[in-house]
Amino acid sequence: MTAHADAAAPPAPAGASALAHAFRSNRTSWAGAVLLAAVVLAAVAAPLLAPADPLQQDILARLGPPSAEHPLGTDTYGRDVLSRLLYGAQISLTVGFAAIVVAVAVGGTLGIVAGYAGGLTDQIVMGAMDVLLSFPTLLLGLMVVATLGPSLENLIVAIAVTEMAPFARIARAPTLVLKEQGFVEAGRALGFHPVRIMAVHILPNLIAELAVMASLWLAAAIRTEAALSFIGLGVKPPAATWGGMIREGFETMLDAPWLALFPSLAVLATVLALNLLGDGLRDAIDPKLRRE
Amino acid sequence: MTRPPEDPVLAIRGLRTEFRSGRTWYPAVRGLDLTLYRNETLAVVGESGSGKSVTALSILRLLPESGARIAAGRIELEGRDLLRLSEREMERVRGDRIGMVFQEPMTALNPTMRIGDQVAEALRIHRGLDRAAARREALALLEEVKLPSAAQRMDEYPHQFSGGMRQRVVIAMALACRPQVLLADEPTTALDVTIQAQVLGLLDELKRSHGMSMLVITHNLGVVALIADRVAVMYAGQVVEEAPVRALFAAPRHPYTEALLRATPRVDEDTAALAPIPGQVPSIRAMPAGCAFAPRCPLRRPRCEAEAPPLHADGERLLRCWVRNEERIAA
Amino acid sequence: MIRYLIRRALLALPTLLAMLTVVFLLARVVPGDPAQVVLGDQATPEALAALRERLGLDRPLAVQYLDFVGGVLRGDFGTSLTTGRSVVAEVAAVLPYTLDLTLSALAIGVLLGVPLGILAAVRRNAWPDYVTRVLSLVGLSFPAFVSGILLLLAFAIQTPWFPVIGAAALDDPGGRLHALVLPALNLGLIMTAYVTRVTRSSMLGVLGEDFVRTARAKGVSRRALVWRHALPNALIPVVTVVGLYLGTLIGNSVLTEIVFSRPGLGKLILSAISMRDYTLLQGIMVIFAACVIAANTLTDLVYGLIDPRVTYA
Repeated sequence: MTAHADAAAPPAPAGASALAHAFRSNRTSWAGAVLLAAVVLAAVAAPLLAPADPLQQDILARLGPPSAEHPLGTDTYGRDVLSRLLYGAQISLTVGFAAIVVAVAVGGTLGIVAGYAGGLTDQIVMGAMDVLLSFPTLLLGLMVVATLGPSLENLIVAIAVTEMAPFARIARAPTLVLKEQGFVEAGRALGFHPVRIMAVHILPNLIAELAVMASLWLAAAIRTEAALSFIGLGVKPPAATWGGMIREGFETMLDAPWLALFPSLAVLATVLALNLLGDGLRDAIDPKLRRE
Repeated sequence: MTRPPEDPVLAIRGLRTEFRSGRTWYPAVRGLDLTLYRNETLAVVGESGSGKSVTALSILRLLPESGARIAAGRIELEGRDLLRLSEREMERVRGDRIGMVFQEPMTALNPTMRIGDQVAEALRIHRGLDRAAARREALALLEEVKLPSAAQRMDEYPHQFSGGMRQRVVIAMALACRPQVLLADEPTTALDVTIQAQVLGLLDELKRSHGMSMLVITHNLGVVALIADRVAVMYAGQVVEEAPVRALFAAPRHPYTEALLRATPRVDEDTAALAPIPGQVPSIRAMPAGCAFAPRCPLRRPRCEAEAPPLHADGERLLRCWVRNEERIAA
Repeated sequence: MIRYLIRRALLALPTLLAMLTVVFLLARVVPGDPAQVVLGDQATPEALAALRERLGLDRPLAVQYLDFVGGVLRGDFGTSLTTGRSVVAEVAAVLPYTLDLTLSALAIGVLLGVPLGILAAVRRNAWPDYVTRVLSLVGLSFPAFVSGILLLLAFAIQTPWFPVIGAAALDDPGGRLHALVLPALNLGLIMTAYVTRVTRSSMLGVLGEDFVRTARAKGVSRRALVWRHALPNALIPVVTVVGLYLGTLIGNSVLTEIVFSRPGLGKLILSAISMRDYTLLQGIMVIFAACVIAANTLTDLVYGLIDPRVTYA
């Protein structure tokens, strides 16, 4: 996971304009953005693009190879793979995106508060984050979903929990730096409420870094969601999820190898797109690598 | 100081070093001529952006590989043009015939290598000494640069030393193979004022005892006054004036040199009002046609803005100025 | 040095305790009655109550917690509800498989990743760099189970070079090795992608540092600059980051075990969760947590060996 590596290096405060410029000038992030747009489009347009109802079973046509009627074949219950793939995109993207939003909101807030307040608050918050970070990601997600029960909402919560702690760390470091800078001191001297200082002055400087992290972590979120669905703890069947489809494909791999192949490629493409995007952006704004 | 013997150790002729921005190459050093004679200390003075550090890096060909190139010129070390050497041959020159001391001692040393080994490394490379012999030499060098408790401390790591001490280690490293030339790029700028004088004194002493020539790059005229024999003033990638140090301080001829001296606070005069030089050093991307200093020069004439003046020799002095040269010729 | 290690280990204890507490609480929150799990649907309420009392489930939470912690300190990690064996025994049975897999993956990741990263950094912006960067980004993007399935498809099903079941009897070294290849590659190649990227960016950073220029000014050759001066310094963040990667490695190994039908700690955890065998779950998580912390301390040790600024502070 590329994002873990960045936790080791301090992020550079950079605003929205730096982000826009970085995006424009970098080929990798463009490639990622285009690919991502294709996936999002497919997900959004699923009702239009799907040749069949993803839940409709047709036992007689089960495990059929790609054909004119079913461009990507049919699964164990005779359901159209392409349709399930498209609707599965909806679930994966929704879960991933929602999880990241929650993780950034909660984790980012915790990090900024901890960094700004300092002292005991800082220690307690970051201590809690450290405990979270000590758990292997997948296992943490597993435990949360097992505790709460598999459902869409719980899946979102579980993935958000796994991604929260790194975000807190990432938001805290530049907060510490920015806290000492002139304009923050000035705000304090003028009597601005701490929340206002944090929201208006510190946050905008973290946007570029947060955006990079968000794409990379979204990739991780989608990977985790697929893994949890694969294990069987994702959204309950018969809903179409990529991970679930891969599991079904795995079970019938000897008879119908293509079943596992297509959703695998779908997950790979999405995750790759997000990694390209985040990676490209990060290379463009990181001052150390900028000398290239 | 009497005239230096006609015995150039290092002769730079027409050096042109360029940097790339986007697709275009811009010169940071534009046709530089400089001569370093045996056993003398030449100071190269200028503001940031004058190209002085680039010159030193060019001599040793230490410029970053992408984005910088030496486009023209000759750099002759005892008659041998360094710019014609292969990288392998150049590696043999570096550290052996020419040593270099850099500006920032805090980052100049390898954090994971003992200082004794770092000093010994050049000896092992260039003199083929084995580890024990190299270490003995290194110890002698560290004592020569007056590193306290050198014998005990030579197995320690850089982070255990202060800035001034680290600079001494760097100097020992540079002198390990008894080079003919020592390049010192702002050797004391990053040090505390009290340490500066010590390190400069050390450099001067070592130069004498080793029989070296020294090229000191600095923006600090105090340093120049302390150890230089001759001074070359650089502006915008060129030498604009060169003279023996006393003569330069007593009677500067180039308007830029005059301005520099005026802008320097002096202990023996009342400097209630410092006179900064108006304007800024031109960026390499926007070099004026004609004399580079003209936009800031109180003496400028139309000719200065139209045509770039050549470097004109007058006895021991070199001067690049239309106005002042004319005055000399007329006088 | 010893002092440094002890200090690091002591610092880890509060985190370990916190992890234990989290696991304890979570295991209690997992829905489903453990007594029911053991006795099945037909059990009478009396039998259930009796079992619950025997398992100590009816006692107050705080008491259970102290029992649990006390047990851990004594080395007693509990007994599996489903099999009746001690957690330690359950773990010991599968540990060799997990160790095989994890160690070989680590070896692949480091032995392949570091040289590739160095190559990419030294030949920056030339084709080895681009190829390495693209490949490593693609490699990173594979979820471990996806790559596992693809490997299975390619090398075990479509071409029968390797067994579909990625495990063999422990006393059959040849078979064991043969079965290890695909799972180890799966885990190892993903890690390689990761290590390559980190090594590359770390090397690039170090190659631009002042002390490398000083060394060059001494006449140190290109090769010595990279291997003797840059690399030891570049490895420092790489070690840190490999340590951080362990969490992901564990997750990936769980997925690999599933795909390749390998016994291992990951599969054990999964069955513990699905069977509501919460004592087993608890016990394993404690062991896991301790391993992660041990690994972090080990990372710090390696760190201390490479970077003199840490030990001679």
